Amino acid sequence: MRYAMAVDTRKCVGCSDCVVACQTENNVPIGYCRDWVVEVTDGTYPQLEMEIRSERCNHCSNAPCVRCCPTGASHIVKGGIVLVKPLECIGCGACIASCPYDARYPHPDGYVDKCTFCIHRIVKGMQPACVEVCPTRCLYFGNLDDPNSEVSVILKKRKWKRLIPEAGTEPQLYFLI
Amino acid sequence: MNEEVIVSGRMNPLVDPHLNIWGWPIPLYLFLGGMAAGILFFAALYYLRGKEDEYRVTVRIAPLLTPMLLVVGLIALFIDLRHKLYFWQLYTNIKLQSPMSWGAWTLMVITPASFIWSALHIRDIIPSWNWKYKWLIWLEGFFNRNKKILAWVILIFALILGVYTGILLSAFNARPLWNTSILGPLFLASGLSAGAATIILLSKNPEEKEYFLKIDLVIIAVELFLIVHMFMGFLASTQVQIEAARMFLGGEYTAQFWIFAVILGMIIPALLEIMELRRFHIPSVISSLLVLFGSLMLRFIIVYAGQMSRWLY
Repeated sequence: MRYAMAVDTRKCVGCSDCVVACQTENNVPIGYCRDWVVEVTDGTYPQLEMEIRSERCNHCSNAPCVRCCPTGASHIVKGGIVLVKPLECIGCGACIASCPYDARYPHPDGYVDKCTFCIHRIVKGMQPACVEVCPTRCLYFGNLDDPNSEVSVILKKRKWKRLIPEAGTEPQLYFLI
Repeated sequence: MNEEVIVSGRMNPLVDPHLNIWGWPIPLYLFLGGMAAGILFFAALYYLRGKEDEYRVTVRIAPLLTPMLLVVGLIALFIDLRHKLYFWQLYTNIKLQSPMSWGAWTLMVITPASFIWSALHIRDIIPSWNWKYKWLIWLEGFFNRNKKILAWVILIFALILGVYTGILLSAFNARPLWNTSILGPLFLASGLSAGAATIILLSKNPEEKEYFLKIDLVIIAVELFLIVHMFMGFLASTQVQIEAARMFLGGEYTAQFWIFAVILGMIIPALLEIMELRRFHIPSVISSLLVLFGSLMLRFIIVYAGQMSRWLY
C-alpha cells in the first residue's frame, strides 16, 4: 500500500479551504499550518501564467526527516505516511532543518508537528479533511498500488510533476499540470 | 519574471519566512565541542607519544578546561531542545543514519572521559588535592593503571566529536550551503586550531609554545585550503549551491564571513604566529584569542547562513 495525493493545479482556485479544514480537523494551534496554498506567477504582463498549488508534507519515500531524527520519533507507517510520535520527540529541530519543503513546524507544546494525511480519518475509510472539503474537487487521495484508485487513474490520464524530485526525497505529492 | 507567494498566509514560527530553527545555542555548542575535541585530541596524542612531561600543558593542564567546555555545550544543547523533558529519548535509541544520534552517544563517552582525564591531573593545579574516600582513591589508581586505554578512547572519540560537529550540518541536503562533505573536515580543523590556540595561550614553556605555533599554522593553512575548496565545489555544482555560495561572494554574509572568520580569525593570527616564530615580540595572547574568535564566528555564520539557503521550486 502506498498512499499518495494528487493536486490539480488547473482546477485549484486558491481559496484556502483546505488550509482551514486542516486547522479545524487537526486542532492546529492558531498561527500555524500543516498545509498552505502557493501561487506562482510566471512571465511579464500581458503574457502571464499562473499556477496555484495546495501544498503539504510530501510523505517522501526517502524521507530526510526520518533519517535525521535522533530518537526515532519521526517514522514511516504502513502506507508510506510520515508521522511524528510526540512522546518520543525531543524538539531538537533536525527534521525541520532537513525538510526541503519546510513542511514541519515546532508545535507550541514542544514537539514537532506536520501533516498526517489525516490518518485518523483514512483508517475509518474517510478522505483527509482537505480532500473532503475542496470546493473545486481538485485534490485526489488514494492508494497508488491499487490501479483503480482515484489517484492512480488520474495520474495515468494527466501530465504531472513533483516538487524538487532532484532533492532525492521521492515525494508522494503529485501536481497535475 | 517568476514570482512565488504563499497566498494562504503560511507563517509557521521559526520556519517562515526562512528557516530559523537553530539560534545561538547550536553554533555555541559546535564551537565548544570542537574546541574540547581539539584540546582532548592533542592531550591524548602527546600522552601516547610519551611527551607527558615535555608538553605538560598539552597533556595535563589544558584538558582541565574540557569538562567545563563540554558541560556548557551540553547546557546550550539542552536549551535548544523544545521538548526538554523528553531529552532522555536520545539514549533509548541508536540511529546510525542520524548524525545527531551519533553525537549524543559520542558526548556520552567523551564527557565522562574528559572528567576522568581531568581528575587524574587535578593535582597539577591543586597539589594538596585529596580524594578522601577509599573508592575514589581506588578509582584513581584504576584509571592511572589503564591510562593508555583511556587515552586511546579519548583520541578516537575526540576525532569523532570534531568531525561530527560538521557532519551534523552536512547531512541536511535541504540546506544547500550545509550540504557539502567539506564541512566535516573544516570544522574538525577549526576545532583543532582552537585547541592549539588554547595550549599556546596557557603554556609558559617556549618549546611547547613554538611547537604548537607551528601546528596551528599548518592547520590554518588547511582551513584556508578547505574554504577555497568548498566554494570551488559550490560554484561548480547545481543552481541552489551556486546561490548558497553567492551569499558569501557578494551577498549578505560576505562582510561577516571574510572579515571576521577568515581575515581576523585565520589570516591575521597566522601572520602574527609567523612573526612570533621569527622572534618578534608579539604577545601570543592576541593570535590565540583571534583564532578562538574566528572559530566561533565560523560556526555562527555557517549555522545562520545555512538556514537561509534553500531549494528553489
